[in-house]
Amino acid sequence: MSGRLEATFQRLRDKKEKALIAYLMAGDPGLAETEQLVVALEQAGADIIELGVPFSDPIADGPVIQQAAERALKSGTSLRKILNSVKSLRQRTEIPIVLMLYYNSIYAMGYEAFCSAAKSAGVDGLIVPDMPPDEAGPLKGPADAAGLPLIFLLAPTSTPSRRKLVAEESHGFVYYVSLTGITGAKLSNVTDIQQNVQKLKKVSASPVAVGFGVATPEDAAQVSKMADGVIVGSAIVKRIASHQQDPAMVGHVAEFVRSLKAAMAPA
Amino acid sequence: MSTSILPDRHGRFGPYGGRYVPETLMPALLELEEEYAKAKKDRRFQTDLAYYLKQYVGRPTSLYRADRLTKKLGGAKIYLKREDLCHTGAHKINNAIGQVLLALRMKKRRIIAETGAGQHGVATATAAAMFGLECEIYMGTEDMQRQALNVFRMRLLGAKVTGVDAGSRTLKDAISEAMRDWTTNVRTTHYILGSVLGAHPYPMMIRDFQAIIGKEARKQILAAEGKLPSYLVACVGGGSNSIGLFHAFLGDRTVKMIGVEAGGTGVASGKHAARFSGGKPGVLQGTMTYLLQDENGQINLTHSVSAGLDYAAVGPEHSLYHDQGRIEYTSATDAEALSAFDLLAREEGIVPALESAHAIAQVVKLAPKLKKSQVIIANLSGRGDKDVQQVARMRGVEL
Repeated sequence: MSGRLEATFQRLRDKKEKALIAYLMAGDPGLAETEQLVVALEQAGADIIELGVPFSDPIADGPVIQQAAERALKSGTSLRKILNSVKSLRQRTEIPIVLMLYYNSIYAMGYEAFCSAAKSAGVDGLIVPDMPPDEAGPLKGPADAAGLPLIFLLAPTSTPSRRKLVAEESHGFVYYVSLTGITGAKLSNVTDIQQNVQKLKKVSASPVAVGFGVATPEDAAQVSKMADGVIVGSAIVKRIASHQQDPAMVGHVAEFVRSLKAAMAPA
Repeated sequence: MSTSILPDRHGRFGPYGGRYVPETLMPALLELEEEYAKAKKDRRFQTDLAYYLKQYVGRPTSLYRADRLTKKLGGAKIYLKREDLCHTGAHKINNAIGQVLLALRMKKRRIIAETGAGQHGVATATAAAMFGLECEIYMGTEDMQRQALNVFRMRLLGAKVTGVDAGSRTLKDAISEAMRDWTTNVRTTHYILGSVLGAHPYPMMIRDFQAIIGKEARKQILAAEGKLPSYLVACVGGGSNSIGLFHAFLGDRTVKMIGVEAGGTGVASGKHAARFSGGKPGVLQGTMTYLLQDENGQINLTHSVSAGLDYAAVGPEHSLYHDQGRIEYTSATDAEALSAFDLLAREEGIVPALESAHAIAQVVKLAPKLKKSQVIIANLSGRGDKDVQQVARMRGVEL
């Protein structure tokens, strides 16, 4: 049901490549820049864009993404404006775009109104970090009806029964959280990641992407050997933050993404 | 009404409650729920809890007949449930002791907590010290400033106090930061949430630990008056002292209950924490409940003179009783609370916490309208020593 997402993973599998999933906080520093970044990062090698919707109280995020959300809210970003940006991006690019947003942003708009608006804007999937599969019931119907896959997260603390639940409920891909912690923490315990991803792949029909803590080309290279996709968030957002006033910001960030993708090239 | 079966097995109080947390925390919440269910049936756990509540906390707390206040207001007979007489000066210790005992069962030797006014932080630091556990308390930097005394107390008790400099720098931000710590250290750490908030099983478990307030009060008022009260009044931040007092009376149809939220500078001013008059349902920090939010679901900044009531959400069980009309919710402004603070000090020789002063402010409005034969029980959830410095500062007195 996820045209662009599925096609992308298929195309990469054929080339024996792994997906680079680049996270951007929508509206940081402004939505015009976000649109430029999406196009530039695609050209630099990003395969999928994960677009963060700023929320005032992001419990799953570390300071880097929290501060990006604060900047985005200050610049007047809202979910409706983000959907408009996605719609206008769809005239320029076919890169899969998944939204990462907190439950209350969806709830405030209404499940059905949100799902149909997101689908018609050209969104390809939803990641809701404070919605485990156990609480997904009310959103699932409208999301299925609109053809929007729900992407769930699995953590190192997850038990086998939860692994099964997440694998069954997750569509598009499964998001494996590499560490017990929040976004932007340091990558650790690569052996654990490998073992957990292997277990997950055994029960999951969808591709597995690994995120949280992937900060450098070396990290990306390592993780890309274990999983179908690598998600890089805080490390990208940090570069956007440190080049806020720099007209060459988009170029700097694209350069970093190019180095990530290069490191993930099959040996 | 049968309330003993709430929440359901999904942690729902009607449409409210649930478990809206990152997957990383789900196993810990499920473990906590299971362990709590076992502890509840374990006679040893219950005996230990009863022992510490009696010998360490000083329970039962008294139900004090406030004769001078009654006379001054000239209506209903007023009783105060004296939670301010608990060790550490507020009801928060009832929950902290219960949860530390649970942490010990789960072999978690590190305790974290959030705090607003500092009372829950002090209670947690106290319980952790008594059991020799490592303790870290998260507190908004705005609250650290207005509750400097409690910050110092927590440090005296051996806790690490970590300031949170995000968002409104108050209770909400302290909870988010504690949740992040818990997400990171969940294998070794137990998070002692301080109010009937957050993901299941917290709202249920904390209610159960606080329900002793109402169980005692119900017995005490029957002994003193031979009848049930007409009204119960308590302040509502997250809502633990209020649900603690109300819970044992929910089946008594003749007993009316009023929860008092922080009216700040007035609900019309927008600077308040009155969730039921200014908010609507949504999801914040693990639970679905009434929230102060804008049309996009962003959480609004709140305001109250009292740090303990200065929070954008309310416990999910309260949201259900609000919708059902079982409990009436109203608010008292900063000015009304400050005036009740003075009144209780002068008439009864009791300096209430600014939180509890909101309940007294409602008693001031309610008592004169009732008959002398009627009885009100107000929950005096905490003592006001922690607020003396802030009130002095507001009145231009340097201490």
